[in-house]
Amino acid sequence: MASSFDRIADIIAENSEVPRDKILPDSHVINDLGIDSLDFLDIVFAIDKAFGIKVPVEAWTQEVNAGNAPAEQYFVMKNLAARIDELVAAKGG
Amino acid sequence: MRLEYFQMIDRVASLDGEAIVVESTIPDASPVFEGHFPGYPLMPGVLLVETMAQASGWLLLKLMNFERMPFLMGVKEAKFRSFVGPSTPVTVHAKRIHDGSGYAVTQARIEANGKRICDAELTLRIMDFPAPELAAAMRGRGQELGLA
Repeated sequence: MASSFDRIADIIAENSEVPRDKILPDSHVINDLGIDSLDFLDIVFAIDKAFGIKVPVEAWTQEVNAGNAPAEQYFVMKNLAARIDELVAAKGG
Repeated sequence: MRLEYFQMIDRVASLDGEAIVVESTIPDASPVFEGHFPGYPLMPGVLLVETMAQASGWLLLKLMNFERMPFLMGVKEAKFRSFVGPSTPVTVHAKRIHDGSGYAVTQARIEANGKRICDAELTLRIMDFPAPELAAAMRGRGQELGLA
């Protein structure tokens, strides 16, 4: 099976105007790829469905806004893929 | 249904887990029909979308115990299959197909006389109430609808 990074990058390319080859492990989803909030919702919905999880975007955003976590921890592609892997593992998948 | 006040839902017919059925009647007359269209009044497609969004919204409000507010953010696969005009009773079905973090996705459809009028998949962003007046208004209307 493709890596989580590749699956997420495919999903982003399908749900935005970002070309697949521009999506790199160090890309920041918002700052580098320019994903807007509505496209991001579509992307999260597609990730939720593809991985059978519920990406806790609200909790992540609250942590970042409160200064308790750097945005890069959740919104840089390689880290996002790691967080998704953790969620899948926690679910028992 | 009071088009000028965006009050699209008259009553709740049933609420079953993740699905709601609501009923409403398109008004006999409205300024909306003077423009859409002269001599051939039709319920505008955008207001049919609003009706499906409101049915979805009431479902989500109930599922969240009126603690947060759903706002329409996306409409996908909207299809308008048949015209519907003044004085027509309609039934609106909506069900939550995904409960995400800060958003929900519903599928909704409107039927009249047993015939499908339209359907769509709707994405609603879930937010804290931005104003206490809105929270109070939603709870008040929810009580009238038997939801709150």
